[in-house]
Order: sequence, then C-alpha cells, then structure tokens
Amino acid sequence: MSSTQNEWPLWEVFIRSRQGLGHKHAGSLHAPDAQMAIQNARDVYTRRQEGVSIWVVPAESITASSPDDKEVMFDPANDKVYRHPTFYKLPDEVNNM
Amino acid sequence: MSETDKNLEARFEAYVAEEKKIEPKDWMPDSYRKTLIRQISQHAHSEIVGMLPEGNWISRAPSLKRKAILLAKVQDEAGHGLYLYSAAETLGVTRNQMLNDLHTGKAKYSSIFNYPTLTWADMGAVGWLVDGAAIMNQVPLCKCSYGPYARAMVRVCKEESFHQRQGFQVMLNLAQGTDEQKDMAQDALNRWWWPSLMMFGPNDADSPHSAQSMKWNIKRFSNDELRQRFVDMTVPQAELLGLTIPDPDLKWNEERGHYDFGEIQWEEFYNVIQGNGPCNKERIAARVKAHDEGAWVREAANAYAKKENEKRSKSATHAA
Amino acid sequence: MTEDQHIQAILRLGDDTLVLGQRLSAWCGHGPILEEDIALSNTALDLIGQARNFYTLAAARENQGRDEDKLAFFRSDRDFQNHLLLELPNGHFGDTIVRQFFFSAFALERYVFLSRQLMDAEVAGIASKALKELQYHWEHSAQWIIRLGDGTEESHNKVQQSIHDLWSYTGELFEADEVDQAGFEAGLLPNLELLRDTWNTRIDDCLQKATLQRPEDGWMQRGGKQGIHSEHLSYMLAEMQILPRTYPDASW
Repeated sequence: MSSTQNEWPLWEVFIRSRQGLGHKHAGSLHAPDAQMAIQNARDVYTRRQEGVSIWVVPAESITASSPDDKEVMFDPANDKVYRHPTFYKLPDEVNNM
Repeated sequence: MSETDKNLEARFEAYVAEEKKIEPKDWMPDSYRKTLIRQISQHAHSEIVGMLPEGNWISRAPSLKRKAILLAKVQDEAGHGLYLYSAAETLGVTRNQMLNDLHTGKAKYSSIFNYPTLTWADMGAVGWLVDGAAIMNQVPLCKCSYGPYARAMVRVCKEESFHQRQGFQVMLNLAQGTDEQKDMAQDALNRWWWPSLMMFGPNDADSPHSAQSMKWNIKRFSNDELRQRFVDMTVPQAELLGLTIPDPDLKWNEERGHYDFGEIQWEEFYNVIQGNGPCNKERIAARVKAHDEGAWVREAANAYAKKENEKRSKSATHAA
Repeated sequence: MTEDQHIQAILRLGDDTLVLGQRLSAWCGHGPILEEDIALSNTALDLIGQARNFYTLAAARENQGRDEDKLAFFRSDRDFQNHLLLELPNGHFGDTIVRQFFFSAFALERYVFLSRQLMDAEVAGIASKALKELQYHWEHSAQWIIRLGDGTEESHNKVQQSIHDLWSYTGELFEADEVDQAGFEAGLLPNLELLRDTWNTRIDDCLQKATLQRPEDGWMQRGGKQGIHSEHLSYMLAEMQILPRTYPDASW
C-alpha cells in the first residue's frame, strides 16, 4: 500500500524563542490538522525550552519568491547605498547619531 | 546535456566552491539532488532504526534517573529522524516514499544498529562510541552545501553532544563500580569497538561516492581521516576508564602523530550491510509493524480533518 | 490521618505515575507516526518525573534510609498501590489513548485539589508542577479520542471497544478506602465523590464530541490500592526491577 496521498500534510513551524523576538522558522512536521500541528510542534521543537509561542502554517499555503527572480528582485537594492547609515560620514562630534 | 544545463552546472559548481549554500528551489544537478536524498534519508532512517537497540533497555534501566535520561535520549533520536526527513522532503521526496524504501529494504541505514544490545553497559558503549563516531561524521555536515540539511544538522549536533556525554557517564559509573560492572563495561567495549570503526564506511580507496560528495561540499573529510580522528580521540578516553580496546595492533605512532590500529574485518561489514547482521530482520520488522499498525490511526486523523474542513467550508458558504 | 497513612498517600501518587510512565515508555520507537512517538515519550517522561518527585518526598518522610530507587525497584507487586487501570498492557494505540484519557481526566482534577490544599506544602508544590503537565496530557488524549471516535468507521469501532474494555477499571479511581478517607478528613486528599462528578463531565463532554457511547456502569474491578493486582503487574515489575535486584550492591 503506497499511500502518499494519505500522508498527513506538511506544516512549517515558526517559534518565538522569547518575548520581544519575532517568530523564526524552526523546521517542519506532519500533522492532520492545525490543532495537532501545534501540539506536535510543541513536542518536537520545544523539548529544550526553545519557545514561548508557536505558529504553524500549512506548507502548501506558503508563496515563495522564485529563485530565478533573485537578481531581478534583489540586485536593484545593491546600488542604493545611501539607504544605509554608514553611507553618511559625520563629524566626530556627532558620532552617536 | 544541453548547453544551458552545462552553463547552469558550471555556475552551480562555482557557487558551491565558494562555500555558498544551495536552497530548495535553487537549480541543482539531478545527481546532486539524488545524492542528497540518498544520504539524508539514510541518515534519517539510521536515527529511527537507531531508536530500537537503545529503546530495548528503557524498560530495564537500573534507576529512575537513568530511565528518564535514556527515554529522553531515544526520543531525541525520533526528533533527529524527523528533522532529517523534513530536510529530505525539501528535495521533492515524501516521507512515505522514504519509509517505503526503508521497509522494503531498498534504502540503507547505518549498519551499527543491526548489532544487539545485550547488557546495560551497551547503553554506555552506544552513547560513548556510536554517538561519538556519529558526531565525528556529523559535525562537518553542519557546513554542508545544502541549506536545509546543514540547518537540520546544527540542531542534531547540539542535541547529540548530550548523548555522547551521558553514554560516557554510564561507562564511567560502571568502570568505577563493582567487579561485575567493570566486566560488563569491558564486554560492551569488546563488542562495540570494531562496529564503531566500521561506521565511518569503507577505506577511501573503496568508497565509490566520496570524491563527488567532497567536491559538492556534502562531505568534508574522507572516511579514513574521520576514522583516524575517532581512534585518536577515543583511546585516551578508554585509558581514563581503565578499559582495554580489543585491538592488539593498536599503538601510538610517534612519526605519524596518530595511533596505528588493526585491519577492520570488511567481510563482516559488507555482510551486515547486505542484511546478514544479527538483528537486520528484527529491526526492519519492528519498523514495519509500527507503521502498519499505525495506519488506522493516521487514516482516522485524516478522515476527521477532512470532515472538519467540509463543515467549515459549508458554514462559510452559508454565511456568504 | 496517621503519619503512615500520609506517607502511603504520597507513595500511591508515585506508584500511579511510575506504573503508567513505565507502560507508556514502551511506545518509544513504536508509535503510529514519528510525531506521535515523540508526544507519547514526552508524556511518559512527565509521569516518570512526577513519580521521582513523589517517591523522593515519601522516602524523606518515612526516613528509613530509602530513596526513590529503593521504592521503585525493591518493592514487590503487593507493595505497589497503583490503580489497576494503569498496569494493563498497552494494547493498540486506541487502548493506550483511552487509558490516558480516563486517567488524565482523573489525575488532572486530583492535582487541582492537591496543588491548592494547605495541609502539605511539598505535595502542593509537586502537584502544581504536575498539573501543567496533566493539562497537556488531558488535551492530547481528548484530541485523539475525538479524532479516533469521529474518524473512520474502523477507528470508531476500535476506540469504542477500548472504552468498553477499560470501563470496568474506572470505578476504582473513585472508591475511597481508609487512606483516602483519612486523607480527605485531614484536608490532604480530594473528596472522590466530587471528583467523580467533574470527571464525568469531562469524559461525557468529550465522548459526545467524539460520537462515542459511554458504557453502562456495571461491575467494577478493584484491588490495586490494596496491593491485589492483575496478573500483569508482576511481569512488568520483574522486567523493570531486574538490574537493581540482580546487582543489589551496584550503583548506576
């Protein structure tokens, strides 16, 4: 019985490691539904106190940018050096700005 | 191979040579993808088959503390298997396909787990030697070229170092214990030493996939290099335990700056890989049994989720 | 409540959790799916941890030079006073989940009481930590009861059968003997009649969501608290205790 279509769906797991930080991708797992996905994520990814909050997202619901578009999407930011604070040389007297 | 593929491949190889990471949706040569699927799934299978020989002693752990530690450790291995299956899934293979390959004997796993765990001291020896050898293999993988595999390995390695330490501590307790405990510890070392050395795989000259994997930064050190490093690290630890490594040829080579050691029984190695180890059949039978007996459970959860989804979409339609 | 009864009450808490933890840990490596394997092991670890805390406390109170391991490994089945439900073989996943479901609903309510009582602060301390764990165990088992009950026809029938098979072991949870009675009067232990009501509400609620039938109350098995066990316990202990019994002078 090859039951690939019966496999529990894949979920991506995001963990907030402590209050004040954003959720970060921790990994993925299989679960039949969202509630079980949360429980499984707790058991799989927070066994060592790694988290205070969990998000689970069905892997198929994630829309990703295409790697083929990497250059089109991200290279144009290359020459906008003036967006970075280090671009601006200020007199030493105001170096805390 | 078309001109475009050749270009892509050349770009890929240059990219990897610069120690850059490949991510799931990036272009990669088919053979790179296949090699990774094979290696990561084997690795995942090794973790979950590896739960069995140690799981064998959870019910008989000699103290409640040891019971809790061992259970936590074997549970970690389930977690490692899960991280690794997930990493392999990013390459376009499903966990069910991988499990199917394991259950039908198509996929391999580390042959060390086809040896039996006969005494409590084996919990020490497995942690100390087998996990020690595994870490030696795994630490370089944290830097491997495939992002999801490297990230899974970072997580695995963090957790593995607890495993090796607890194993060494079990050995230390036995080695400092009663005469019977010392005998138990020596006996375990006698049985696990050579299979542990075999874990690094065939000698470099006989290792078919190694060169390509090194070029792709999937493998960073050769089998023999890692094996030597393991021997050099382990011999002083055995001395500290007051145990004797079962190899009459083992001695320090001043000139090389390494320990020399005896020849591995490769005939045994290949036989265990081919299914003739003491526990090959039991290990696979146990995995197949768990999977088959769990089928109705997995199906029930799927069926329930489907019903709930239908209910939800129905009420959504009504609301609209 | 005599000092002996007080210690006995603590020991029973340890026995319940150790026996169930030992049973549950046998799932490690054999679960229906990797994710669930990990979940069951987590539950087993919680229970073994609770047992260690209760045994350590009982050992300190009796002050006879025993420790958690002496209590776990050097008492015979007649000395164990766990409920019969917990020592039964694991059966299939549905059997195990139903047992978790029945026991978690009970233990959760018991810990609610134990964590609030003022008679024994150390028991209250262990119970309030365990309470959080039990809330999760309850949630986990209830989620599964609903999925198995309202899943496929096969799963429905299987888990309904498990409920029937285990039902006669639930009566003992609420049958007070002298220790329970004395503990209740002293303010240490809950009123088991009241606890039965909250247990019933939890169980009935969830069974209804799961489209499962609650069996008729009939004859109930009893004896665990008196040390008269099923045939299964002494096998379980023989396996669990073999190393310390074989090498009584060794430390591990």
